[in-house]
Amino acid sequence: MIEAFPPGLIMVFGAFLLPVLRGGVRTVWLLGLPLLALYLVWQVPDGVVATVSFLDYRLEPLRGDRLSRLFATIFGLMAFVGGIYAYRQARLLELCAAMIYAGAAIGATMAGDLISLFVCWELMALGSTLVIWSVGKDKAYGAGMRYLLIHLLGGVVLMAGIAAYVNATGSVAFNAIDTSAPGAWLMLVGFLINAGAPPLSAWIADAYPEASPSGTVFLSAFTTKTAVYVLMRGFPGTEILIFIGLAMIFYGIIYALLENDVRRILAYSIVNQVGFMVTGIGIGTELAINGAAAHAFAGVIYTSLLMMSAGAVLYRTGRRKCSELGGLLQGMPFTTACGVIGALAISAFPLSSGFISKLMTKQAAADEHLLLIWLLLQAASAGVFLSVGIKFPWFVFFEKNSGLRPPEAPLNMRVAMGLFASLCIFLGVAPGFLYAFLPFAVDYVPYTGGHVVMQLQLLLFSGLAFFVLLPLMKRTLTISLDLDWFYRRFAPALVRLCFRLSTPIDRALRRGVVERLSRLIQSLHTWCGPQGVVGRAWATGPMVVVVLLLLSGTLAFYFGGT
Amino acid sequence: MMLLTAHLPILQVILPLIAAPLCVLLRGPRLAWGLSVLASWGCFAIAIALLRQVLAEGSVSYALGGWAAPWGIEYRVDVVNAFVLLIVSGISSVVLSGARAGIEAEVAKDRIELLYTCWLLCLAGFLGIAVTGDTFNVFVFLEISAISSYALIALSGRRRALIASFRYLIMGTVGATFIVIGVGLLYMVTGTLNMADIGARLPAVAESRTVAAAFAFLTVGIGLKMALFPLHLWLPNAYTYAPAPVTAFFAGTATKVAVYLLLRFTFTIFGADYAFATVAMEWILLPLAVLGIFSASLVAIFQLDVKRLLAWSSIAQIGYMVLGISLVSVTGLTASTLHLFNHALIKSALFMTMACVFYRIGSTQLADFAGLGRRMPWTMAAFVVGGLSLIGIPLTVGFVSKWYLILALLERGWWPLSVFVVLSSLLAVMYVWRVVEMAYLQPATSNAKPCEAPASILIPTWALVLANLYFGIDSSLTVGIAQRAAESLLGVSS
Repeated sequence: MIEAFPPGLIMVFGAFLLPVLRGGVRTVWLLGLPLLALYLVWQVPDGVVATVSFLDYRLEPLRGDRLSRLFATIFGLMAFVGGIYAYRQARLLELCAAMIYAGAAIGATMAGDLISLFVCWELMALGSTLVIWSVGKDKAYGAGMRYLLIHLLGGVVLMAGIAAYVNATGSVAFNAIDTSAPGAWLMLVGFLINAGAPPLSAWIADAYPEASPSGTVFLSAFTTKTAVYVLMRGFPGTEILIFIGLAMIFYGIIYALLENDVRRILAYSIVNQVGFMVTGIGIGTELAINGAAAHAFAGVIYTSLLMMSAGAVLYRTGRRKCSELGGLLQGMPFTTACGVIGALAISAFPLSSGFISKLMTKQAAADEHLLLIWLLLQAASAGVFLSVGIKFPWFVFFEKNSGLRPPEAPLNMRVAMGLFASLCIFLGVAPGFLYAFLPFAVDYVPYTGGHVVMQLQLLLFSGLAFFVLLPLMKRTLTISLDLDWFYRRFAPALVRLCFRLSTPIDRALRRGVVERLSRLIQSLHTWCGPQGVVGRAWATGPMVVVVLLLLSGTLAFYFGGT
Repeated sequence: MMLLTAHLPILQVILPLIAAPLCVLLRGPRLAWGLSVLASWGCFAIAIALLRQVLAEGSVSYALGGWAAPWGIEYRVDVVNAFVLLIVSGISSVVLSGARAGIEAEVAKDRIELLYTCWLLCLAGFLGIAVTGDTFNVFVFLEISAISSYALIALSGRRRALIASFRYLIMGTVGATFIVIGVGLLYMVTGTLNMADIGARLPAVAESRTVAAAFAFLTVGIGLKMALFPLHLWLPNAYTYAPAPVTAFFAGTATKVAVYLLLRFTFTIFGADYAFATVAMEWILLPLAVLGIFSASLVAIFQLDVKRLLAWSSIAQIGYMVLGISLVSVTGLTASTLHLFNHALIKSALFMTMACVFYRIGSTQLADFAGLGRRMPWTMAAFVVGGLSLIGIPLTVGFVSKWYLILALLERGWWPLSVFVVLSSLLAVMYVWRVVEMAYLQPATSNAKPCEAPASILIPTWALVLANLYFGIDSSLTVGIAQRAAESLLGVSS
């Protein structure tokens, strides 16, 4: 029985109407769809609302509770603001794909069973690949192809996990999953691939920057955050997630520090933000889960705000390298302001949405007396500020004068950025608003003297470090770190070490793998190609020989049996 | 009416058998086509009536000419063969309805009515194999269907079709000979040809070498007919060079009937106890199935002709059915029986799109598919949906059969094999993708005007495609029948 209409479904189906509509009607439909979906999300009561039977199982494609509603809300909001940002500049295919993608993400968060979840999961992979492909350039095609392959692989692993799990437990319901159940680990791996966990993190920085300015905004929001949602529901308190999360955080910071491409820097920052959330899920206390959920909600807003401002810059200047940009404050003051607000929020500055959400996770680590993890998270906060919070606005909007005087971003882009920028500040100023929607009751107070002073100290000192290290920061493409006092800073030292260690291995691995693969394909072709032994047409003589061999084998085997 | 319903089993075979010579007498390609379409749909109606009767009342026995079994020939219909009759006659009807344009384009004008004659004879043969309860009668119908199918392939008129048909003739004859040797050995030991009768007498002589030899000959002989790896070598060329509608007909029927035959001989005549506990047949079938799935999928990836690619994929799909059989469980047999039906829908739909393409482009070479997504949007859309179903994407029939196969594997605890099945779907993704990439992402080479296939081919094609989706979503009917068939084969009452 269906008591409420599935909000994800309406977006997926509604997207197919877009090509039929023209002009203003299309824009109204594009922006109306997410609003309609948002309305429907809030009409879904708690509990399972719709059931469908498929094979021998009872599917529950629509289930409401606090956690699903929180994620579905931010996804709907994201689709709406993303729509505003995109509708004038993006191609039709991109808009359709983005709506299907957003609809599938909402569907995934409202799915009450593993099979519906899987269907939405694959639909997201398809939608997001189309978003990348809609650029229509060779580079985007290649990146999209790699992206699709990774996600299909993730899908296969997930499917295998679901099949094993469902077969063992007999239930398709999607609730907390016992890691000792068969298939649970496969499912965890499938989820983590979408979250961008190492070793398969590279797809984020590989694919996202190749999409169109608006496409990247959509991409940055849904896939990784859906993964956070499913981990939160399926595997809260799974200890290994703490370490995976930490690995993601530092991977993201280090690579963002080394990177010169603005949009790749932001893509790496997505990995480290998701890392914070995954760590929180791994800690698994009510405060940690609340923190991860709040962080996901705020994170969608500020990462896409950052992506939007970088997209506006790309749209106006056509450039995306730090070294080629700078001084855009003159021409694009509004974009600058929004970019700075996003950067402050991602760095968890007081009065920004990052401050009220990210600090909950750290507090949860402290409450559980996980000293080392707490210290690492503190170091990571400084690292985020260093690698994204200052680096992005400084090199793009301030620093040297690159001579570029682009006009301000188009009006629709400005409206979208303005909406998210004000949300970043609103959530930071009025934390109670977001806290009311979190999965568990909140008794955490963000604005205590201790928190504020601690965080300001952290940020100011890493800010100082940034400017002291400025000459190094600039030459990020040819890193030669040999100033000995540099060693004293933990994160930069780690950079050097990891860079030194990983580059040759990475290069050798890649070359080795590529070589092996092409050799494998070559030998497969010699065997199985149209002229190969297995694949070519055989004459009757050899065919009959095969038949006789098999007959004698079978005879001997059957005689052995009797 | 009462009179007719009692004679349904024999009517099932007689109808196409009588219509076949009439096609020659009619002397006119259109008339012959019309008559054969009518006859085929008539068979389909009879198959539906039979299936309903069997589902409601249990198995039906019909004594040919009033001679009671085991002396006379008995036609015996239970859920298993009623389902196979439905598949064969249904596929034949839909494909034949859309075959006219394709056949007129591919076959010499003066031979068209001969083609329809052969088609009906072939259909009669397939239906006869499925309906009969007599082992020697199986052999007779096997020869009727085989000889007419050699002719059907050769009628394409291409020189390579002649060679392909000749090789198929040799291999098919070897297979049929093995089967008749097997039947002869069984007759030697039991003194009867009636399936049920042999089944009842065999346990007493199960120790004898003769029975084991009979089983070995039958396994290999039927394996040849159903193109079980490595006995599949005749199939790629036969499917590639036959006229496209004929290939669509064969892909949904010929190998399916052979799989049915394997099920019938293994479970009804020899019995699961003998076949699996005594001679451990699964250790022959399982490795061949796995090897077949893997190697045929790999070969399919490298093909340059799309029809050939689909032919190789059929060999891999036979592997899935045999894999299900070798699990010897209700779920495994359900998966196999289900895949009989589902794969018939998938492959017939895909080969019908090949008929559309060949009708317009005159070739099924992969390189000629460049830009076809724009030139033949409906045809290629049908190919994409069929391809998704072949891969096993949820909401298509391909998913339902893979799902049950994986369930059956997990039930036995063979999870590495279930991972293998999922991974092998990735190979299917690759070969389907090659066609999709060529059709949608490569620019057309020359004179790239839209050239959609005529509605007369497209409508049956899309009927099959929509059936792929319908039975993928509402699988209760097919799964229900397949489950009952599996239970009756294993002798488990639900």
